[in-house]
Amino acid sequence: MEALLAIAVGVLTACGVFLILRARTFPVLLGLTLLSYAVNLFLFASGRLRLDAPPLLRAGASYTDPLPQALVLTAIVIGFGMTAYLAMLALRGLAESGSDHVDAGKEQ
Amino acid sequence: MNSSLLLAAIPATAFAAFSLPLLLQRYGRASAALAAAAVMAACLALLLPLLPAALAGHTQLAHLAWLPAYGLDLHLRLDGLGLLFCLLILGIGLLVVLYAAWYLPKSDRLGRFYSILLLFMAAMLGVVLSENLLLLLIFWEITSLSSFLLVAYHSDQYEARIGARMALAVTGAGGLALLAGILLLGGIAGSFDLSVILAAGERIRAHALYAPTLILILLGAFTKSAQFPFHFWLPNAMTAPTPVSAYLHSATMVKAGVFLLARLYPALGGSELWFWLVGGSGALTLVYAAAMALFRNDIKGLLAYSTISQLGLITLLFGLDTPLSVVAALFHIINHAIFKASLFMAAGVIDHECGTRDMRRVNGMFRVMPITATLAILAAGSMAGVPLLNGFLSKEMFFAETVSAPQFATLGWALPLFATLAGMLAVAYSSRFVHDVFFNGEAIDLPRQPHEPPRWMRAPIELLVLLCLLVGLFPGWTVGPWLAAAALSTLQGPLPEFELALWHGFNQPVLMSLLALAGGVIVYALRAPLFAWQAQLPPMHARTAFERCYRQLASSARQILAMLDNASLQRYNALLLSFVVLLGGWAYFSGPASGIRLPGQPADEAAVAALLTLLLGTLGATLLYRQRLLALLLVSVVGLVVALTFLRFSAPDLALTQFAVETGTIILMLLVLYYLPPQSAPKSSARRLSRDLLLALLAGGGLGLITLQMLAAPFETISGFYLQQSLPGGGGANVVNVILVDFRGFDTLGEITVLAMVALASHALLDRLVLIAPAQDGDGRRWSEEAHPLFLAMLMRPLLPLALTVSVYLLLRGHHQPGGGFVAGLVSSVALIMQYLGNGIAFAQPRLPHHPARLLALGLLLAAGIGVASWPFARPFLTSAHGHLQLPLLGDVELASAMVFDLGVYIVVVTVVLTVLSGIGGLSLRARSSREKS
Repeated sequence: MEALLAIAVGVLTACGVFLILRARTFPVLLGLTLLSYAVNLFLFASGRLRLDAPPLLRAGASYTDPLPQALVLTAIVIGFGMTAYLAMLALRGLAESGSDHVDAGKEQ
Repeated sequence: MNSSLLLAAIPATAFAAFSLPLLLQRYGRASAALAAAAVMAACLALLLPLLPAALAGHTQLAHLAWLPAYGLDLHLRLDGLGLLFCLLILGIGLLVVLYAAWYLPKSDRLGRFYSILLLFMAAMLGVVLSENLLLLLIFWEITSLSSFLLVAYHSDQYEARIGARMALAVTGAGGLALLAGILLLGGIAGSFDLSVILAAGERIRAHALYAPTLILILLGAFTKSAQFPFHFWLPNAMTAPTPVSAYLHSATMVKAGVFLLARLYPALGGSELWFWLVGGSGALTLVYAAAMALFRNDIKGLLAYSTISQLGLITLLFGLDTPLSVVAALFHIINHAIFKASLFMAAGVIDHECGTRDMRRVNGMFRVMPITATLAILAAGSMAGVPLLNGFLSKEMFFAETVSAPQFATLGWALPLFATLAGMLAVAYSSRFVHDVFFNGEAIDLPRQPHEPPRWMRAPIELLVLLCLLVGLFPGWTVGPWLAAAALSTLQGPLPEFELALWHGFNQPVLMSLLALAGGVIVYALRAPLFAWQAQLPPMHARTAFERCYRQLASSARQILAMLDNASLQRYNALLLSFVVLLGGWAYFSGPASGIRLPGQPADEAAVAALLTLLLGTLGATLLYRQRLLALLLVSVVGLVVALTFLRFSAPDLALTQFAVETGTIILMLLVLYYLPPQSAPKSSARRLSRDLLLALLAGGGLGLITLQMLAAPFETISGFYLQQSLPGGGGANVVNVILVDFRGFDTLGEITVLAMVALASHALLDRLVLIAPAQDGDGRRWSEEAHPLFLAMLMRPLLPLALTVSVYLLLRGHHQPGGGFVAGLVSSVALIMQYLGNGIAFAQPRLPHHPARLLALGLLLAAGIGVASWPFARPFLTSAHGHLQLPLLGDVELASAMVFDLGVYIVVVTVVLTVLSGIGGLSLRARSSREKS
């Protein structure tokens, strides 16, 4: 199971990085999304993969590590904030330069 | 009031009130000047009650913890030395305030000038009142910065900007050296507090790091006090308005360096190295600058070099390293401040009246302004060391010290001869100033017709010259007690026997004084051949050399920058990622070697299926990224798999959040997609493609490998605490939620603040933006003209209350069950956004009263307010409370204050999502209206 997760993280990262290096804004947004999936999974995995042990206190149960979950939860929401910000930046850039190239309007 | 509170109030008042003149300048120039004077007077008034104890030789301390972990605390100290400097700073400051009101042009409203002057004064007070050396350094840097602003006060003048920049560069570099020196000194002494450091002199001098410490600290002191070879900034800083020069360049800022020498004398002085470095630099500066002063044609230039020379004299006295030489140095600090401030003010009067300061043109002023001339001549006499004036006394003490210093045994007459030579040069340049400006025939081609200045412009000079005379005639009665107190605290030991008197009998110092007076007059008489000789010397170009270095540094920085920064995001990203890959690889391969063991749990069919779906989505999106809609759908599939992964591995909260965020993200991206132009992106070059592929493979492979290693490593966690304390300490069974809103509530507060900024940024970025969407999508299909599908519109309306109920339920149960502010907020906002989608923005906007800024403020205030609410109960910020409540019907309800915090989170999240999405959606509304207009 762990190896599968590692593969997932690796592939998500590779594809995210490749897309981030594209020249248009939209693939960069997609790449960032993929990259944040990868990072969130990685952070989450630092608490190890445990089945049926949610950190909800009940009598006699065992629990997985809640701390990485708390970190990842805020990371997901902040990730949304970042994507939204970049999306608006992309639109603004499009309006100003008339192109969706990431380097549009650069000083030559 | 207790004395430590009073002491702390002095710099506190100065810093708190420094902007007062700026605020009051709209009531006129006089209000600004009065405000500045009032602040200084208030500081003096606060000082008065502390005065008797400081004069009696007591050291008064005030302690306020600031950053105790770094040894940086607000520890203040008032002793004789600090008192002496406080009086100079405030006394001369008051005179400068009065003088500047008359000096600066009537068009200047003065608020800015006085505010910077007060800021500088506050920082100077901080320097002389600091007990903690790190604190001293902070104030020291503020003096550098505020003096930069003062020197460049006439910022429209090129010369003023250059002068200010040079002063800042030199003193700023010195400040860095000083920081390093202070850190070393604190390390050796074990504390940054002066009380400890001054008592540890023996240990410091014996330490292996004594030499570097001393050199670094001296670099700070010498740059500030313009000692050779760092002197060149001071003449260039003469572009400052003259009141600034009178204040900074005579009495205060340039004295900060020698103040530091005095302050640290017991800790650093008393070694061979100290003598050679301090004494040597002082002696060189003394003679070199005195010679340079003689050849200046600008009055302020002459005064600047004479200041450098006199500072060299003070430095040399500290270098001589005897108790009496320290007394003489302190005495000369007082005298120099008094006569040099008055001379600068007189130079300002001449400049103000004549419109020029060139001594080749300004002549014969005695007839035009006899009173000012008399005053200036007296002050110049003091500078030259003419008997009956204060400068004579300290210069004579200096001569006496060169003869009686212990170094006399080894160096013989070299030092006294050197001193006499310097004395001669001082007499010569003082003579030049007096003779050239006030006599020497008629003025030549002056821009203005000079006459006596206004009464109040002359008043500060009169007062200072009166002081020159009083100190010169009755030294024991006027400065005796102040000097004794300052010397006592500087030496931190027994006070040497000294007698301040005009006449000690005919001895070597008197002979030296006579020689200097006579020799000086002769040197001045022989000035014609001297000037001719000087004119054929190769010019000394400290300033040009400095400028060349500066330009070279700037241009090489620009070259490096141009190499890295070509304004291409692709380049930046590639560089950053390569660096990360390199760094990660280096860390990985230099760490302890461990083989990869395939760990743990067996994979089941569901996991394999999930992975395959994820791979399909990820790789598909990457390969088909040009088909935007398809790629977006594929990415959303990946997001769902990630959410399911969270669910599978015991993280229901994460799964809920991921589902909700996924929905929001897809809507967001669809909206963006609508506006993007149809694609015509050229294919990337093969080189670019292979570079990107390589980077992607390295990054992906690396992170995958690290993940595997991490999962195989033994598991240690600090979460036991959270699991144990969640119920008793936080009152919640959902540990993740309790961590978010309680244990790590401060982090969460920061995070929702960031989110709130995103909402505000959306306003800034999208406000008034008009973006016409292309008529076709990427594949050449026209957008559907059909308004909002009836089916969707009808379905969405009843869905809204249902969805809102669910989100309230999620919010309320979040403390115990999966849910909470983040998830509930996302669910609510998606439900609201669906109204926009279903019915159109024209329908939804007016029905959803929406004030983003107010809502954001409400959310943040709720979250922060519940944190502050713990203060009245004497608990730290964000301490939560919880308890049980018996309600009718509902029975036992557990309430925690953290739930209010969660409500704040909820409000912020809803507002952010709604603002961003409706903001982008709103673009279409504007585009439509602008289309209709045209």
